[in-house]
Amino acid sequence: MAYIDLPEGLPGIRGPMAFRPQTAKPLNLLAEVLLRDDNALTRGERELIGTYVSYLNDCFFCQNAHSGLTQHYLQCDTDSIDAIVHDPESSDLSPKMKALLAIAAAVQKGGKHVRADHVERARKEGATDVEIHDTVLIAAAFCMFNRYVDGLGTWAPSDRMFYVKRAPARAIEGYANYDPNH
Amino acid sequence: MAHIKVPEGVPGIRSLAMFRPDSGKHLYDLVQILLRGQSPLSPAERELIASHVSAGNGCRFCMSSHAAAARELYGEKSQIVDCVIRGEDTPLLSEKMKALLVIAGKVRENGKKVKPEDIEAARNAGAGDRDIHDTVLIAATFSMFNRYVDGLATLTPDDDTAYAEMGKRIATKGYVPPQAQGT
Repeated sequence: MAYIDLPEGLPGIRGPMAFRPQTAKPLNLLAEVLLRDDNALTRGERELIGTYVSYLNDCFFCQNAHSGLTQHYLQCDTDSIDAIVHDPESSDLSPKMKALLAIAAAVQKGGKHVRADHVERARKEGATDVEIHDTVLIAAAFCMFNRYVDGLGTWAPSDRMFYVKRAPARAIEGYANYDPNH
Repeated sequence: MAHIKVPEGVPGIRSLAMFRPDSGKHLYDLVQILLRGQSPLSPAERELIASHVSAGNGCRFCMSSHAAAARELYGEKSQIVDCVIRGEDTPLLSEKMKALLVIAGKVRENGKKVKPEDIEAARNAGAGDRDIHDTVLIAATFSMFNRYVDGLATLTPDDDTAYAEMGKRIATKGYVPPQAQGT
């Protein structure tokens, strides 16, 4: 049971968002801009950054919700995403994505953990200022979302396929008009 | 120097909101609602939570600007702010705020560090659901802002008067996004 009286039956972030829609609105508009709007980084790549940071923060709900979406966009399965987040450097990702995930991992520890050599590596692999900016902000935003979800003691379905099955509908719905009630 | 090309001489989050107004707008809207919208916690108390979390994260820009805003809003009781950011006890701090600051500090580390006992202590001190919700979300939000501002190595003024001015502006006008870069 969550630490506050949230609307029944809504897992993860959905309960808090339904509890306080006024703050949910800018949170969702931010997610829409960062994760869905046209960008050099694909939607799959951006959802992967969110998944990775949520994994590092050990947030079950967020990690699985966004892994589901990443799988949908990248057309791969749970095992593939698990392998990537456990060891991005050994994965088949592009050198640019590996460099950006290294930045995301540094942000997860703390802003000052991002060093000039992290940024240089990303630039060398072709990352633009906007891509570096968005990687840092996506990573920072997931550090917020993960804390919101876990800090209020919300519940999460333990069946990982729940999130994978929901992902296609969520990918269409997006974040801007997200209704946490369904 | 910042890790990306942001407007010269513009500090902290303002430089980032000018670099990328599409996301900046929603960040400013979020903080305006969170710290100034309706809440059982006063704007001063909410700025205090933001300062406390930012101090814990070692983010000088965020801590100093929000501490300055908190001092303006607390007025005669402004020394409460300096006690909290230094981690010192003060009789000016209510039992409820003490308990909420403990929760905020734990959220800052990781949401899972918050335990039922922490919530119970807050409730025993008079905190309701909204107090707890807002405390957690403020702590989570500033865990984002601190990482954003320092993660891109934005300009952090060395001079306390710069923050005092920011504090006055935030306390009176709230959070208004700056004009986009190049406009």
